Amino acid sequence: MRTTVDTWTRRRFLKASGVSAAGVLLAGGAAYSASELLASGDGEGAGGEGGVLVLVTLYGGNDGLNTVVPAADPHYREARPDLAYGEDEVLPLGEELGLNPGMKGFHGLWKEKRLAVVRGVSYPKPDHSHFRSMAIWQTASPESPAPTGWLGRWLDAQSKPDPLTAVSLGATLPPVLAGEKVSGAAVSLGRARLPDAWQTVCTHLAAEQAGVHPLQQRAAATLGDLVRVNEAFAADEEQGSGDGKGGDKKNGKGKGEDGEGSDQDGRQSPEEEDEDEDKPADGASAGGQSGLAAQLGLVERALASGARTRVYCVSLGGFDTHANEKGTQSRLLGQLDKDLSAFLGRIRRTEAGKRVVVAVHSEFGRRVQANAGQGTDHGTAGPVFLLGEPVRGGFYGDQPSLAKLVDGDLSTTTDFRDVYATLLDRVLDTEPGQILDGHEKTLAFL
Amino acid sequence: MASSELDADARVARLLQRTGFGTAAATDVTAAARAGYAKTLAAALAEGDDPGAGATPAPALGPLPERPKKPGEPEKGSRSEKDPKSEEGSKSQEERGSSEKAGQRDAAGGVRNGVRHDVRNAAARDASRTGADGGGEDGEAADEDARKAYRSALRGQREDAVLWWLDRMVAAERPWREKRTLLWHGHWATSIGKVRSGQAMLAQNETLRRLGGGDFRTLARAMVRDPALLIWLDAPKNTAEAPNENLARELMELFVLGVGNYSEDDVREAAKALTGWTVDRRAEQGPRARFRARRHAGGSRTVLGHSGDLDARALVDLLTEEADCARHLATRWWGWLVSAENAPSRTSLDRLTEAFGARRDITAMLRALFTDPAFTDPDNVLVKQPVEYVVGTLRLLGLRPRRLPEQGGRVLLRSLGGLGQTPFAPPSVGGWPSGPAWLTTAAAQSRLTFAQYVTRAARDTEAMAAIRKETAGERPEALARLLGVREWSKSTRAVLVDASADPARSLAIALTSPEYSVLA
Repeated sequence: MRTTVDTWTRRRFLKASGVSAAGVLLAGGAAYSASELLASGDGEGAGGEGGVLVLVTLYGGNDGLNTVVPAADPHYREARPDLAYGEDEVLPLGEELGLNPGMKGFHGLWKEKRLAVVRGVSYPKPDHSHFRSMAIWQTASPESPAPTGWLGRWLDAQSKPDPLTAVSLGATLPPVLAGEKVSGAAVSLGRARLPDAWQTVCTHLAAEQAGVHPLQQRAAATLGDLVRVNEAFAADEEQGSGDGKGGDKKNGKGKGEDGEGSDQDGRQSPEEEDEDEDKPADGASAGGQSGLAAQLGLVERALASGARTRVYCVSLGGFDTHANEKGTQSRLLGQLDKDLSAFLGRIRRTEAGKRVVVAVHSEFGRRVQANAGQGTDHGTAGPVFLLGEPVRGGFYGDQPSLAKLVDGDLSTTTDFRDVYATLLDRVLDTEPGQILDGHEKTLAFL
Repeated sequence: MASSELDADARVARLLQRTGFGTAAATDVTAAARAGYAKTLAAALAEGDDPGAGATPAPALGPLPERPKKPGEPEKGSRSEKDPKSEEGSKSQEERGSSEKAGQRDAAGGVRNGVRHDVRNAAARDASRTGADGGGEDGEAADEDARKAYRSALRGQREDAVLWWLDRMVAAERPWREKRTLLWHGHWATSIGKVRSGQAMLAQNETLRRLGGGDFRTLARAMVRDPALLIWLDAPKNTAEAPNENLARELMELFVLGVGNYSEDDVREAAKALTGWTVDRRAEQGPRARFRARRHAGGSRTVLGHSGDLDARALVDLLTEEADCARHLATRWWGWLVSAENAPSRTSLDRLTEAFGARRDITAMLRALFTDPAFTDPDNVLVKQPVEYVVGTLRLLGLRPRRLPEQGGRVLLRSLGGLGQTPFAPPSVGGWPSGPAWLTTAAAQSRLTFAQYVTRAARDTEAMAAIRKETAGERPEALARLLGVREWSKSTRAVLVDASADPARSLAIALTSPEYSVLA
């Protein structure tokens, strides 16, 4: 079920933001296999010569105050006595702030000046709905619903728009990649295996025809996609393992005839198996994927193969910590820290890796005051992290004052579009104003 | 696009498909067309006994075994949450006892579908015993065993609950009640993944079934004190001083009013009104909601301009009086039953909300939906929800989920997982996606796998015998009639003609076809 979490969030987004679902999902958003992604390299190296953006979205609303912690501030301890971290617990960043104790990898990058922390990031009149706020972050349109995501508009603006230039890891397409002319590609993490005898059947069923309802046409197209995904993986397996699986390929009446070998091997649906009942479940009611390491692993392989992709979208869910926040959030931040710093540690040795910038954000921070369940409710501004070799480490934007709350929430000190504009300008080589409705202000983290 | 209007047969076929699980065999359609649209609708929505569904009582799941904390795992819950009398020792004693009873019940409980049930319960009992007795290093190993037993027991409950409900959906003679319950489950979306109690999930399921066709206020009143929903949205941790807003916000945003139809102050005030409801997880019959007056924030509250001494029930009464409530429900159900892409027109929305009316009559609203001109607009095609696809297929082939061969229960669970919709485990409080979001490459793979399995499983059924009896030349049309597909597209027909000598293969292809994936 992990993959559908985002499906849902995106679906909600589509409604909330006025994006036509049919527009996004019928016209663009083709599903590609990992192999197609890996095979998209043209020998010029990852993303050609340009920068590469890895956008990490934390679903559920990450508590910024317990991520970049003002541990010494008496207001902080007063507002959340049971949730507060002590000064001796946090990893010092200076300016009376410290990182969550679980973020040792981030702290190492901070000391190397490869981590930028943009403080107090939000938009005017923050919305407390997960779905609305995520829609605003993804469309970069805080005033009114927009039909496209900011990275989708960036795709549209390319001279040769190509879905594989901006991809999402997971089964479905996040709205941030929905463009008007072209949308990014959703690259599935799992592998599909199609019995040989069904390849022809699916190809024929997928044939485009006049007079058929678009939804039926879309159903047909998924069968065609399935064949392409399957072909790519069959090639992969032949090369990789040499276990003779490819031998069936020419045998028209393969074992697929009555399905043996196609469904009982347990590989097809990790969704059913990956539920970890032993994991703390607090914070899990607001969507988002798990398995960040697997998503980043595929990004790493794509970078190494020289894929032409410039933008990768990955996600981590579970941050909706209305109750028992401390344990849940520290586990999630620990996972984020471990997976991202391992990823950066590996890619920084490569040429392509030196051009990668990672940006981490959530749809909102949380309320300053704790609730009775040792959790926090939906809030407003939070920190955005930028990591990677090109990043100029340090603080950007002011820390919102705990003495001057707006209706119990942190005030916004940095407009989120400043971050996007900087990324567009200095990673994606695009004039920000045309993508961000005239917003051109950039920050100095790049 | 299809023709500009549906004919009489196509109209009743659509009605049968959408009030059921997406299928309508040609014979049923012919009979329904003869009876007429109005009578068919009345029969579909009628309450009353259903011997088929009645013969599928919910499984007795029993409490889960104790789950010891991992070393270093943060203490769960607030201090105030704990009941003073629940000393750890006596608690595990108590739970161990009830878990043993549950095990015995289960062992006697009858059919288990490829699920290692008795073994698991025995393991859980052993582990909880060692867990309680052990100490030191042995204790840690025993704790790990007990955690394993806990996981396994929870997984078992999940599987039992899902297979039971699928079985009931297939067994129901008049499917609307189960279909309506499924849609309500997507509305009040709650997942066993966080609730961690099969008992609570089944209890919620029964509430949705029992109250899902009457006064919406009655349903909503029951839901704000539903133990599973309370756990899911963190309500039990509430106190008067610092309520959390999770339930209050989703109550307004998703369950009753719709996003944007309330202010942030309303959310904060509503959260206070909801305080006092906690969940006692140790009752043997399953988690119980309990009101604790000491935890309720008394005093006057103002929500949506109405002031008073609000508690959960008064809050629900107030919210369900709002005009936005009717509009929100009508719009959401429209998306599931008419079209996920084409929103209701102003006129249609007015008709539905008027039918909902001052009595908040859910069935009247849905009757208005099913008789709205847009309901029979050929352009309003839906994508089958995965549960509809799976259950509808099992129904037309005469296959019961609890009697499937070859570990069939597991195949069903895996198929639903791959298709993206496992009952009792929606991805988030917003429920499942709909429309084109179901149409992914991964889902295509799962449909194909399921179609092949189910074709094998149906080898000896009457439905399969009927398919075999047809001549090869007639077979594609016969399959269209069986599956309730109005007509095959040119390319699908070509594939079916090509395979027509092989009845099983023909059926598998038909079940994989784009035509069968949508509700035309």
